[in-house]
Amino acid sequence: MYRYDEFDHDFVKARVAEFTDQVNRRLAGEITEDQFRPLRLMNGVYLQLHAYMLRIAIPYGTLNPRQLRMLAHIARTYDKGYGHFTTRQNLQFNWPALSDVPAILSDLASVEMHCIQTSGNCIRNVTADHFAGAAADEVADPRPYAEILRQWSSVHPEFSFLPRKFKIAVTGAERDRAAIQTHDIGLHLKKNEKGELGFAVYVGGGQGRTPMVAKKIRDFLPEKDLLSYTTAVLRVYNLNGRRDNKYKARIKILVHETGVDEFARQVEAEWADLKDTELALPQADIRAIEAYFAPPQLPDRPEDDDRIKQARLDSRSFGEWLDQNVVTHRHPDYAAVTISLKGIGETPGDASAEQMEAVAGIAEDYAFNEIRVSHEQNLILPHVARADLRAVYDRLVEIGLATANSNLITDIIACPGLDYCALANARSISVAQDISRRFASLERQREIGELKLKISGCINACGHHHVGHIGILGVEKKGAELYQVTLGGSGDENTSIGEIIGRGFGPDEITDAIETIVQTYLAVRNGGDEKFLDTYRRVGPAPFKEALYGSEARAA
Amino acid sequence: MKVLTANRLTDGEAVWYSDTNGWQDVIQGSTLAEDKTGEERLDAIGKAAFAQNLVTDVDLIDVNVVDGAIVPQRLRERIRAAGPTNRLDHGKQARAA
Repeated sequence: MYRYDEFDHDFVKARVAEFTDQVNRRLAGEITEDQFRPLRLMNGVYLQLHAYMLRIAIPYGTLNPRQLRMLAHIARTYDKGYGHFTTRQNLQFNWPALSDVPAILSDLASVEMHCIQTSGNCIRNVTADHFAGAAADEVADPRPYAEILRQWSSVHPEFSFLPRKFKIAVTGAERDRAAIQTHDIGLHLKKNEKGELGFAVYVGGGQGRTPMVAKKIRDFLPEKDLLSYTTAVLRVYNLNGRRDNKYKARIKILVHETGVDEFARQVEAEWADLKDTELALPQADIRAIEAYFAPPQLPDRPEDDDRIKQARLDSRSFGEWLDQNVVTHRHPDYAAVTISLKGIGETPGDASAEQMEAVAGIAEDYAFNEIRVSHEQNLILPHVARADLRAVYDRLVEIGLATANSNLITDIIACPGLDYCALANARSISVAQDISRRFASLERQREIGELKLKISGCINACGHHHVGHIGILGVEKKGAELYQVTLGGSGDENTSIGEIIGRGFGPDEITDAIETIVQTYLAVRNGGDEKFLDTYRRVGPAPFKEALYGSEARAA
Repeated sequence: MKVLTANRLTDGEAVWYSDTNGWQDVIQGSTLAEDKTGEERLDAIGKAAFAQNLVTDVDLIDVNVVDGAIVPQRLRERIRAAGPTNRLDHGKQARAA
């Protein structure tokens, strides 16, 4: 992974010193809250319901064990012993005191981490496929390009005060695991017919109150043009994006209102002046960054088959975990492991300090010191020898992280919701917990098959409900929580926005409603192999409406 | 009826104003405004505390008194007063246990 150079260290250290001074001045009453608020947000400090919240950037979701141990240390020393991994591949602490934030930032800097640009109207943490560098279907590792974008966008003078926040995601495979079409810019790393690397560029995707699927404005952008073209997109947005209405300020609205063809024309015109400037990336620079992400030397470990077969026979639960949470690796003797942070009835994305330390230890012993955070709020060990899978599983069992539910109905994305978030209108964690308990049976989950259920506690859609196969949006109606259900959303290479199925459900009704939807799917699916999303796309909303609302649906 | 609430500047802790105890960590015992005059008085106290950098995010919230206990009308404020419903070991509820 990328290692800070001297400049990076000095920059982050200077930023910690600057913010420490700002915090001290705020605590001393020398600056007002109005003056301080934008400063703290630039450093990832929010004020939530119960306390401050600190959002820590995890660039493209990549961590080493030292960093994860530091997060555990911070959780234990300054917070309440746990952290919350988010849909932005970041980590949030829910309880830090403002007066402790300088010390936390200093600790983070010691392991090459920070909180810069985790809030504000700037370019946020660049996200990437969590299987990057390991996936069998990958053209190339997207993370070097994410790192180039990170360096370029960090305190970028022109793009630090955009009309609204700006999110970029990169994937290096046809199978999109980074949800690039729901980002302001989505980059699909691919090869052209000559075998050269470049990107399909998508612009104007996003969720929130106006969900939109990104539009492709370029089918192939040579890799050397990454920064010049991205700059052109940002320039057109920065100049023309609406600043009069924060709800219409994202680039998706600009692209929509301008029209994709005209928007692309404006970008191309801007790019014509930029492409041959100093923003053109020299091959040597790309390859130098790429070297930081060189895959670990993976010695052949062909002894796996018999050992795994025996382990399957010894333990049914190991076999289930193997089937559900382990995926193929580009090296046949290895696998990528999903560590589910979705234990039955638990809070999606939460991990205790002890669990973080244990995962760090497993990564050191069995996974070449690499850990990833997925946007689905799980942890990933990208490189594990198949022969070591049983040992890894046993270690995960010890710390309660061996739940075999990856991509199943209990692998739920949920935002913090009204239990923590100052913006939320309804709880999402409690709904996730109820649904998780209802569908606790792994046998039943596997009968249902792949089903991505995503829950947001407000229209800002941090829980990605718009692209859930089943999406749940919590709203407040007449002082009570109400949950709207959407069906048919998807955040992959065939991204779609879910359709609202009908009137909402109260907190005591929503789990039953999900049960009804699942039962309906099982009744109408075309054989056991047809996934929920495929069934929905085939049959549409009618049978689900009928099952949920009966005569009410027919009357409508 | 309303009570005055805010978050303490130094640690962000949710607090409520009491004529007796000042800014306190629990909602029970906070001062009730039962009419416009009372609300204006609390509002002035909140603005002064904000200006003195004691608290931030100051707000007057609607409450009811049920069996002698102050109960916020909105769920949001009930969760602030108790703690997250997914972690009963955290927030004010943990201290009360």
